[in-house]
Amino acid sequence: MSNKILSVRGLSRIHGEQCPLCISSTGPEHDTNICPHCGSVVAAHDVNFDLYRGEILGIIGESGSGKSSTVKMLYFDEEPTAGSATFYDGGVQHDMFALNAAQQRSMRNKRFGMVYQNPHLGLNFQISAGGNIAERLLMSDLRHYEEIRTRAGDLLARTEVSRARMDKNPKTFSGGMQQRVQIAKALATQPPLLFLDEVTTGLDLSVQAAILDLILEIQHELGTAMIVVTHDLGVIRLLAGRTLVMKHGRVIGSGLTDQILEDPQHAYTQRLVASAL
Amino acid sequence: MNAHYELPLEDAGYSFGFLDEYAKKEVRRCILKAIAIPGYQTPYASREMPMGRGFGTGGLQLTLSLIGADDTLKVIDQGSDDSVNAVNLRQFVQLTCPGVAVTEKTQEATLIQSRHRIPEKMLTEQQILVLQVPYPDALVVVEPSEARRKVMHGEADYSRLLVKLYEDVVRFDEITISHRYPTRLNGHYVIDPSPIPRWDVPRLHQSPALVLLGAGREKKIYAVPPYTVAEPLVFDDIAFRVEDFRDANGQRIACRCCGSTVSFLDELIDDAGNVTHQCSDSSYCEEEQETISARKQA
Repeated sequence: MSNKILSVRGLSRIHGEQCPLCISSTGPEHDTNICPHCGSVVAAHDVNFDLYRGEILGIIGESGSGKSSTVKMLYFDEEPTAGSATFYDGGVQHDMFALNAAQQRSMRNKRFGMVYQNPHLGLNFQISAGGNIAERLLMSDLRHYEEIRTRAGDLLARTEVSRARMDKNPKTFSGGMQQRVQIAKALATQPPLLFLDEVTTGLDLSVQAAILDLILEIQHELGTAMIVVTHDLGVIRLLAGRTLVMKHGRVIGSGLTDQILEDPQHAYTQRLVASAL
Repeated sequence: MNAHYELPLEDAGYSFGFLDEYAKKEVRRCILKAIAIPGYQTPYASREMPMGRGFGTGGLQLTLSLIGADDTLKVIDQGSDDSVNAVNLRQFVQLTCPGVAVTEKTQEATLIQSRHRIPEKMLTEQQILVLQVPYPDALVVVEPSEARRKVMHGEADYSRLLVKLYEDVVRFDEITISHRYPTRLNGHYVIDPSPIPRWDVPRLHQSPALVLLGAGREKKIYAVPPYTVAEPLVFDDIAFRVEDFRDANGQRIACRCCGSTVSFLDELIDDAGNVTHQCSDSSYCEEEQETISARKQA
């Protein structure tokens, strides 16, 4: 049996009315992702990749390169204009964009996890940290109060948030702690696939290091496959085994992270690596 | 309403039941749809009634669409037949539906319109209970957008409602919803069973009588058909609890009038500050008193 967990083919997202020239007149070689003929924005075009069990795939690129759009489409936050994605789960293949809304919601709640850059997107700040985790457990049809308490407590302890603060509102937490609660929430249903969207951006260096350590530990322990979106080469170097480089909505390079960083082929990648070092 | 009020002559051409026949037909169609999909909030064109929205216009439109000359109507407000809302609605029906009999006795009625209570006496298959509803959607406390609430209902996604219960248990060690307790019908739709106390919620379960709920301001009709599974939303390990009428010694408080220890009680505080309790269902209480006095005479 293949260890493949996700297979993405020709994934595209175009905002606005499209014209036949959209694709041919945007991209890195035209240095824009806005079609000069109709003004549509090509957020991502023809993204292809495979992801295997327990693997971490990095997506790197500057702002507006389409890396977040790609992840949002896979997490059903945005609808793709074209393309397909197949999710392999327990021997069953799911054509992700052919599922109906209820099936997509169920897959998103039970089989995927998402950690956003901004904790306000991932957490409900009206309720306690424990309640946030309980929400995901309740979504997956767990109805036993004591069990929910225990599991939420364990998850928070695992992500190094003290149990004593479980019933406090995450508003009162520091940025790093809020991020850890988000990770605990994402892990609540033990999903085989986790999306991390700029998780360490805006945190100070020591907290960044702690969060990255935590992510690596989780990968080793649970064998969770992850897609890590970032513009930070350090994060990619530390976490990702394979990396996609995106610019103006296109994938301009892909391969082993070491290869990409040590021997960049594309001019943009060369500049990116040079500027970071 | 003035007891001597008569409809102006030129308007006396009102059809039976105030609403015109087309309006009644539309309401009846919506009732059928609501019964066919237990708990689904069926939208309907709530008519202007000669009283403010929020005074039971939803329930009244259901009653007027269902009532016929051979029906016997009972109207109650918080269990009482004599409070202002009940008296006004009853007089309105008497005025607009000639030939309809009214009663205060639960077992005599074929149609019961109620605000915030289900009668103590078990209803039968021959009866219909109409409840007046201010807020029809149980999800309104967690989701402000109606469009999104509709999707949540469609997908039976009630996790956020359960999170609210979870937060309650964390903070207060029990669920603090006293009325409008979210209740799930047939394992799918969760309804707001109108502001009935918790005491009445278990009596929706497998009720022999048809229960119709009408929200006039929010323009929704929904139903608990006879013999439907109606379960209050709870956790597996925390049981649903109804109101506890025991005093400090653990003794069940009795009604001060009829002495009943099995009914839902209202707490009354007199001018001297003394607390007494009395049945909320006045018709039930009177009947109990009659039985007691009959037994004494015998």
